[in-house]
Amino acid sequence: MYYLYIATGLAILASLIASRKKTLQALKVAARRFLKILPAFLVMLILVSIVLFLVPDKVISDYLGNNNTFFAVLIASLFGSITLMPGFIVFPLCGILLEKGVQYTVLAAFTTTLMMVGVLTYPIEKEYFGVKVTIIRNAISLLIALVIAAMIGIFFGEIF
Amino acid sequence: MKRSSIIRIALISAYAVFLAVSWISGFNPGKEISHNFASFSMDMFKILPCAFILIGLFEVWVKRKTVEKHLGERSGIRGYIWAILLAGTTVGGLYIAFPIAYSLYSKGAKLSVIFTYVGAAAICRVPMAIFEASFLGIKFTVIRLLVSIPLVIVTSILLGNYLTKRNYKITAGK
Repeated sequence: MYYLYIATGLAILASLIASRKKTLQALKVAARRFLKILPAFLVMLILVSIVLFLVPDKVISDYLGNNNTFFAVLIASLFGSITLMPGFIVFPLCGILLEKGVQYTVLAAFTTTLMMVGVLTYPIEKEYFGVKVTIIRNAISLLIALVIAAMIGIFFGEIF
Repeated sequence: MKRSSIIRIALISAYAVFLAVSWISGFNPGKEISHNFASFSMDMFKILPCAFILIGLFEVWVKRKTVEKHLGERSGIRGYIWAILLAGTTVGGLYIAFPIAYSLYSKGAKLSVIFTYVGAAAICRVPMAIFEASFLGIKFTVIRLLVSIPLVIVTSILLGNYLTKRNYKITAGK
């Protein structure tokens, strides 16, 4: 996280040295863009807070451990699509699930949909891309996630 | 005011009232939801100001010609490579990638490169991949990247071409 602050700080400094006027202009652009999309972020945060309450980690762990791989992959994709978690929670959780015997195939479906398919980021995405493209992009992402899960399954010898 | 913004304001107010009532009456699910909201907001607002400041600096300093040359219609294969490298250094997740994608687009990047960037920002952020490898193994991460990157590029080209034919434009939240 710190390298982001350092990079931003250095960028502002360099910009200030080059031109005060342009830096001020850049900060204005930043503020304007930020305020414009802020309501959509607020809606996303509200959705996230509710969904994380309805689908806690424990529920996810219970379902992902299902013995039927096909069913577990579907459930994993569903959970991955409708939730949003920061990486520092997801991967340790996956590590624990792996020890519990959850298959790599299922974890691949879970992590990839978590990263690529954004039901909760829909309020933000639709502001930029529009409703139709947002739906198409997420549908494609879901398919990609399923392909990745299948390939992981093949390479780890879990399917076939 | 548009109908959608009235609905949005109503929902946000209802949510705020629900949290307030939950705290007063000690309703536990409501309290838990407010904790979720607070912790996720904190995470996001640590990143958002920096991201938007960098977007602002990018808009002011980077010339349209430069973006067009490297990410535009004539950029060829290099455009996708740049998109993936840029995505690798992106922090946060999809919600940060969208405003950046819009910024690149408004400077002349082509649609297929934009969709490649968004897809790659979701799946090949370097710090995340390292973290993933440490919990799920390097083999897992390598297979995932090798399978997903070509798929992201190919589907982005298909989607980009399809939308370009239909004169699609990315908007700035109107």
